[in-house]
Amino acid sequence: MPSLTHLKRLESESIHIFREVIAECVKPVMLYSIGKDSAVMLHLALKAFHPAPLPFPLLHVDTTWKFRAMYEFRDATAKRPGVELIVYINQDGVRAGIGPFAHGSQVHTDVMKTQALRQALDKYGFDAAFGGARRDEEQSRAKERVFSFRSTQHHWDPRQQRPELWALFNTRKHAGESLRVFPLSNWTELDVWQYIWQENVPIPALYLAAVRPVVKRDGMLIMVDDERMPLKPGERPMMKKVRFRTLGCYPLTGAIESEAETLPAIIEEMLQARTSERQGRVIDLDSTATMEMKKREGYF
Amino acid sequence: MRSGSQPAPQDIGTYLRAQENKSLLRFITCGSVDDGKSTLIGRLLYESKLLFDDQLAALARDSKRVGTRGGELDFALLVDGLAAEREQGITIDVAYRYFSTDKRKFIVADTPGHEQYTRNMVTGASTADLAVILIDARKGVLTQTRRHSFLVHLLGIPRVVLAVNKMDLVGYQRATFEQIHADYCDFAAGIGLTNLTAIPLSAAFGDNVLEHSANMPWYSGPTLLQHLESVPMSDELPGRPFRMPVQWVNRPNSGFRGFCGQIASGSVRAGERVRVLPSGRESEVARIVTADGELPEAIAGQSVTVLLASEIDVSRGDVLAAGDAPPQVASQFEATVVWLHEEPLLQGRAYLMKAGTRTVSATVMPIKHRINVNTLEHTAAERLELNDIGVCELELDQPIAFEPYTENRVLGAFILIDRMTNGTVGAGLIHFALRRSQNVHWQALDVNKRIRARQKRQTACVLWLTGLSGAGKSTIANRVEKKLTAEGHHTYLLDGDNVRHGLNKDLGFTAQDRVENIRRVAEVAKLMVDAGLIVLVSFISPFRAERRMARALFEPGEFFEVFVDTPLAEAERRDVKGLYRKARLGELKNFTGIDSPYETPEQPEIQIDTTSVTPEQAAERIVAELAAVGITRPA
Repeated sequence: MPSLTHLKRLESESIHIFREVIAECVKPVMLYSIGKDSAVMLHLALKAFHPAPLPFPLLHVDTTWKFRAMYEFRDATAKRPGVELIVYINQDGVRAGIGPFAHGSQVHTDVMKTQALRQALDKYGFDAAFGGARRDEEQSRAKERVFSFRSTQHHWDPRQQRPELWALFNTRKHAGESLRVFPLSNWTELDVWQYIWQENVPIPALYLAAVRPVVKRDGMLIMVDDERMPLKPGERPMMKKVRFRTLGCYPLTGAIESEAETLPAIIEEMLQARTSERQGRVIDLDSTATMEMKKREGYF
Repeated sequence: MRSGSQPAPQDIGTYLRAQENKSLLRFITCGSVDDGKSTLIGRLLYESKLLFDDQLAALARDSKRVGTRGGELDFALLVDGLAAEREQGITIDVAYRYFSTDKRKFIVADTPGHEQYTRNMVTGASTADLAVILIDARKGVLTQTRRHSFLVHLLGIPRVVLAVNKMDLVGYQRATFEQIHADYCDFAAGIGLTNLTAIPLSAAFGDNVLEHSANMPWYSGPTLLQHLESVPMSDELPGRPFRMPVQWVNRPNSGFRGFCGQIASGSVRAGERVRVLPSGRESEVARIVTADGELPEAIAGQSVTVLLASEIDVSRGDVLAAGDAPPQVASQFEATVVWLHEEPLLQGRAYLMKAGTRTVSATVMPIKHRINVNTLEHTAAERLELNDIGVCELELDQPIAFEPYTENRVLGAFILIDRMTNGTVGAGLIHFALRRSQNVHWQALDVNKRIRARQKRQTACVLWLTGLSGAGKSTIANRVEKKLTAEGHHTYLLDGDNVRHGLNKDLGFTAQDRVENIRRVAEVAKLMVDAGLIVLVSFISPFRAERRMARALFEPGEFFEVFVDTPLAEAERRDVKGLYRKARLGELKNFTGIDSPYETPEQPEIQIDTTSVTPEQAAERIVAELAAVGITRPA
């Protein structure tokens, strides 16, 4: 009997997860962050329900500080057949003028991302939200369930997670409680890139190296993406050939210098890389176990 | 947006194409505390170049702060995820780790060896293709080794590696390794573990992990990684017949009706006959659809959409199977159950059972025995506590298609879900169907419930009065019965105390006896409802799960939960039978409200606040309510 390649096994597992949610949950949504993991997740979801259109909307929780190229990519994605996109912005945060430069990464992320996500889920009454998180990303994620149970306050309690055996996912919950579901749990960063290459999955061009204006801050290369970025005295944007290993709010996302202009070049660079992908995220450096704390509060 | 992939440089292109053909091996590592499990996984990640500089820096920092190796790199910290655990220095949950070589991608379930966490090991083992059982060469085969091996066997992991670790600490002696190997083989044969490979190694120094160790020239077998890379990867036993649990029915338009699912075993081709279970209807596969085009054939592990040639009734929870070799269908089983929750499993309580894509109600009838995982002895048990493993009989409310777990891990596995908390409380493996379920069929009778009830100008139903002892249940029930009888209706009153004098006189007041007490009364009430009667049940029935179990026996609209709501202080003040006083003195054990809980109904059909209405008013209200919903009709 022939057996499946590792990507086919991962793909089939993810499709199984998508279908299980649509069969058992009332109002699912896909959290869409515009990055490569979201791109792969969307690609898999379209496969899972083919030839039917996507049976749930995408939700982009917009902090208003994403790269301009991400917004363009997002809007192009929303026009794809069968795709419906909801954009949610925490207007309280906008009114309070919350931003990464004025308030720092922690406050910005908490108000514009964590709180915004909770508001959006409550507003629309979604009972299951797909997220693109992978277990290989970070230590506290390594123990995350595929179906992660959240209280009515969206809290995650690592000690109250349900045991998850075989592919028998328990989707039951009381009114107001919800699930976060991670179809890419068993994918690694390399799997994601390999799959993007193999399946020709569309991704934002920011992942590929190009000459871009950047400044160096706290050891990181930050792209000057719009006029909201205050330059420090004597600071002048440099034109450097850079790309991004992860995408988020541009003031919080470090670029790496790179010559990789193609997918195979990215993969080759990654194979030789000596730092993990989350290293380019300011928020993770703030404190130890920071991801776990954010998760408890409802971040993803 | 990316404009398609551009031609790759020669070497990376070759690399990427080779990657496309990689297979995937999922394995579990099990061992006792300090056997070096985490060190071994850390070593595999390290050697396969999967640790990045920032992770190494974090590791070095953490090793100094909380490491157990005097500031040296402590690989265990890499795989101990959560902050709480790091501080306690123990792993308390299953963590998944990923690494790959040029030949394979690996998913490692790292499970704690700590005594109380059988639950985690069973979880990690449920998806594993192979198990690495670690033994400390200085200690040999321990009780915990036996336990892990038993669980590996129970969960049906087809291949086992016996990793005799810390060989450096026994001078790399061949005799030590061979003695341990021989000891283990004796034990393994006894439980039926056969596919076994033993490897001597040192995770701390890397001997025989990736490369052959110069310290053990006497060992000529594969290194651990060589073995993991080359062990045959057939996803299952060859020649298994086709099975696919239907997950979801895809109906984008009237011309397309596809049955989505992941193939559990075997393969299927367009044109083949398939049978739908449990219904037993047959059809032919018209097309196998995927987003990448139609397939002539699909194999185990693939998620596909199957279209049938004829319009037959198929829905989620059904199983599509090879027409000439369908699985059995049954509603009563013997199964092994692993209990995963602090709240024990009780005989007679109904749980939700998810098996494949079907969720049914399952009641544990007798627990035949509990298995001591250390000695493998069988002992009698009336309940299963957290981490207990027992063999039980299960009774389902509807038949399902199944196969013994040893033949099919997808069709033979199930989880049990608590109806109230929705928690996953148990995991199970089906052994076989009980013969009585295949032979006993319901007799279809010509005179039925409706005809009997109509004759009495009523609709049969049960009024289930629940509340504390002394709340006034029996008083109210008596008055309701008198009124209904006066109006010419036909009733019967089942009273808790009276039933305990006869039918249930063998039962005490422990939690499991209470469950059985309720089960019997509910079944008797059901027969009486079938006789067309209005049945009043006056029972404390303190547990929501039991009331829900009773409710589940009846048709929608037949079950009226009447909450006789009297505060504990008030019931105790009345203390009609003097029982509260005895309970307070400790003369009565397990007394509801005192040392046993009363779980308030969440959504009773009728709620009576006895502090504001008299029993007579309460009875009038209940009778009026029955008339209002059409249970009783005027003469």
